[in-house]
Amino acid sequence: MKKILSMLLAMLLIALNCIGLAACGTEENEEKDEPRAASASQDLSDSEKVVNVYNWGEYVAPGDDGGMDVIAEFEKQTGIKVNYTNFETNEELYNVLVNSNSSYDVIIPSDYMIARLRSEGRLLELNYDNIPNIKNTDERFRSQNFDPENKYAVPYSWGFIALVYNTKMIPEGEITGFADMWNPKYENSVLMFNNSRDALAIAMQVCDPPIDPGKDDFTEEDIERATDKLVEFKECGSLKKYVMDQVFTEMEGSQAALAPYYAGDIATMMDNNEDLDYVLPEEGSNLFIDAMCIPDCCKHKKNAEIFINFMCEPDVAAENAAYIYYGTPNKAALELMDDDFRESELINPPQEYLDKCFKFTNIDDKIYNLMQENFIKACTGKAKNGSKAAVAVILAVMVAGTLFVLALNIRRGIKNRGRIYKL
Amino acid sequence: MKTKKSAYLSPKNRFSLETVKRRRDSQAGIKSKRPAIPYLGWMLVFTIIPLLMVLYYAFTDDTGAFTLRNFVNIADYSHIFLYSLYVALISTLICLVLAYPMSFSISRCSERKQSIIIMFLMVPMWMNFLLRVYAWVLILQSYGPLDTLLQLFGVDVTLIGNTGAIVVGMVYEFLPFMILPIHAVMSKIDNSLIEAAQDLGCNSFFVFRKVVFPLSIPGIISGVTMVFVPTASTFLVAQYLGGDQLMIGDVIERVFQFNHNSGSAIALVLMIVILGFLVFMNRFGDKEAVGR
Repeated sequence: MKKILSMLLAMLLIALNCIGLAACGTEENEEKDEPRAASASQDLSDSEKVVNVYNWGEYVAPGDDGGMDVIAEFEKQTGIKVNYTNFETNEELYNVLVNSNSSYDVIIPSDYMIARLRSEGRLLELNYDNIPNIKNTDERFRSQNFDPENKYAVPYSWGFIALVYNTKMIPEGEITGFADMWNPKYENSVLMFNNSRDALAIAMQVCDPPIDPGKDDFTEEDIERATDKLVEFKECGSLKKYVMDQVFTEMEGSQAALAPYYAGDIATMMDNNEDLDYVLPEEGSNLFIDAMCIPDCCKHKKNAEIFINFMCEPDVAAENAAYIYYGTPNKAALELMDDDFRESELINPPQEYLDKCFKFTNIDDKIYNLMQENFIKACTGKAKNGSKAAVAVILAVMVAGTLFVLALNIRRGIKNRGRIYKL
Repeated sequence: MKTKKSAYLSPKNRFSLETVKRRRDSQAGIKSKRPAIPYLGWMLVFTIIPLLMVLYYAFTDDTGAFTLRNFVNIADYSHIFLYSLYVALISTLICLVLAYPMSFSISRCSERKQSIIIMFLMVPMWMNFLLRVYAWVLILQSYGPLDTLLQLFGVDVTLIGNTGAIVVGMVYEFLPFMILPIHAVMSKIDNSLIEAAQDLGCNSFFVFRKVVFPLSIPGIISGVTMVFVPTASTFLVAQYLGGDQLMIGDVIERVFQFNHNSGSAIALVLMIVILGFLVFMNRFGDKEAVGR
C-alpha cells in the first residue's frame, strides 16, 4: 500500500514537472513575438521612474577617491532609479537578451555584438531629440560598420590591444610586433589571451600570408591556419600561459616577460611596476568600441535615452574615462582630462596607428563555434595516438568491470531473495 | 503465529532468525523512508534530471538528432584525460602517505586533544577554496617567499607552472578529506585489541599488519574515493598553479561555454571512469569490511 502511495507521489511529481516545463516552453515562445510589438508602443517611462542598465563590470565611475558617483548623481538629478546589473562577456549579454524574460533599457555591448543584435532586429532606434549631448561625440567614432547610419548606438568608450613587456627581461627596442611572441628565445615567459577571438586574431596577423582578422567571411581554412599557428606557439616553448585577469599579477609581479592586452589596462600595469614598457604592434591590432544601445525588450525607452544623454555630459564622460582608463569618444570630455591622459599613446594613439587597426565584425555562428573549439584544441595541444588508445582501454575496463560487479550483485540479490522465500 | 514464534526461538534455524530480523528491519525501513521524500524530490530535480539532460545532450547534435560524433571528438582530449588521472593518482597517493600515520597518531591521543587537532585541520576549510589556491600562487611564484629562500641556498628552480605545483595544490586542498575518514575509523579501534595482540606476542609491525591495518581499510577506501574523485575532475587549480597544461575539468568548463553536446559527452566519459572507480572501490571495500 505504502509502496503504491509513494509511487503515485513520485508520478505526481514527475507530472507536475512536465507541466511546469511545458508551461515554461510555451511562455518562452509567446515571449519571443510579443515584446517587439508591445515594447515599442508601450513606454512606461512616465509612470515608472526606473531605468534598467546592463553593463560591463567596473565600467562606470563608482565615486570613491572623491570623484563623482555617476549613478547616484543621475538618480539625484533626474529622480529616475537605476537598476544596475553586470555582464562579463558579450556572449553572456546575448544569451540573457535572447533567452530570459528580464527586461533591460540600456545595454553597452561591443562593436561586433551590436552588429549582431542589429542584424537580428533586437535593437530599437534612438530618438536623438532626447539625446542632445550626441553633439559631443567625436565624428571619428560615428558611422561605424556596426551602425553605419547612427540609428542604434552611442559610443561609450574605445580601446585597442597593445603589447606590454618587462624591460628587465627583454631589452628595450627588441619587441616590435606580435610576431616576436613566437620567438623561442623568450622561453616559457610569454602570456596570451585566454579567449578565442583575441588569441586567434593575433595568430591570424602573424600567419604567413596574414589573414585579415576584421573580415566577416572567414573560411574554415583560415581558422585552421590560425589554429596551427597557435599550436606552433605552444610547441616553440615561449608560451607560459593563457590568461585573462591573471595578466595583472603575472606582469606586475614580473612573473612573465611579454603579453598582449588591452591598452588601457597596460597603462594601469605600468603604474604598478616601473620595469614595464609598452609597444604598439607594427602589425596593427584590434580596435574595439563599446556603445550604448536600447534593446527591444526595453520598457522605459525615454528614461533610457535620458540616461544615455546623461552619460554623454562632458563632466560625466570625463569621470568615467578617468576611472576605466580607456579612450573616450567624447570630445568635450577629452578637453577636461589631464595631460597625462590626453597625451598617453596607450589611451590616445596617433591616428596613423589607428588606421592600421581592424575592428571585429559579426561572424557566422558556425565559424565562431569552430573558432572556440579550435582554440581549446590549441590550448590543450595535439593528442598522441598512444594516449587515445590508453583512454579507450581504461574506458573499456571500467565499463566491463562495472557491468561485471553489477551482474555479481544482482546474482547475489536473487540468491538471497530465494533464501528468504524458502521459509 | 505459533510457528513463527517457535522458529524465532529455535537457535538451530539461523535462517529464521535472519528472516525475522530482516522483516523487522524492512518494516522500520518503510517507515523511515517517509522523511526522505523531500530529499528524493530534491534529488529528482537537481540530480536525476540534470544527469538525464547530460545523457541526452551527449548523444545528440545541436539540431537534436542522434549522433555519436561528440564521442569521436573526445579523442582529441585523451591526453588531458590521462594527465588528469595521473595527477589525481599522484595526489591521492601523497595524501594517503601523509594522512595515514597522522590519523593513527591523532586517534591515539586523548579525546580532548583529538577534537582540538581535528579543529585545526578544518580551519583552512573555513576559507574559500579559490583563496587557498591563490595563496599557493603567492607562495610558489618566482621571487615569492619560497623561491627567494631557495635562492639563498643556491637552488634555482621554477616552483610554479608545472605538474608539481598542481599536485601540491591538490594535496593541500584535499588532505582533510583523507585524514577525516581514516581517523574516524581508527579512533574506533579498541586499544584492548592492540594490547591483546601484544600479549599474544606480536611485535609492533605485526600489531599493525594483523590488527590496525585491516581494521582501518574502510577508512582508507572512503578517503581514497573522497580525494581521487574530486582531484580528477576539479578545475581552476590547474589554471592557477599549472602552466599551459589544462586538466579535464577546465576543458569541460570551456567546451560547455559554446557546445553543450561535446561538453556533455566529455563529462559523461569522465563520469563513467569515476563510476567504474567507485564500483571497484566499493567492491574492494565490501570484501574487506566483511572480513573474510
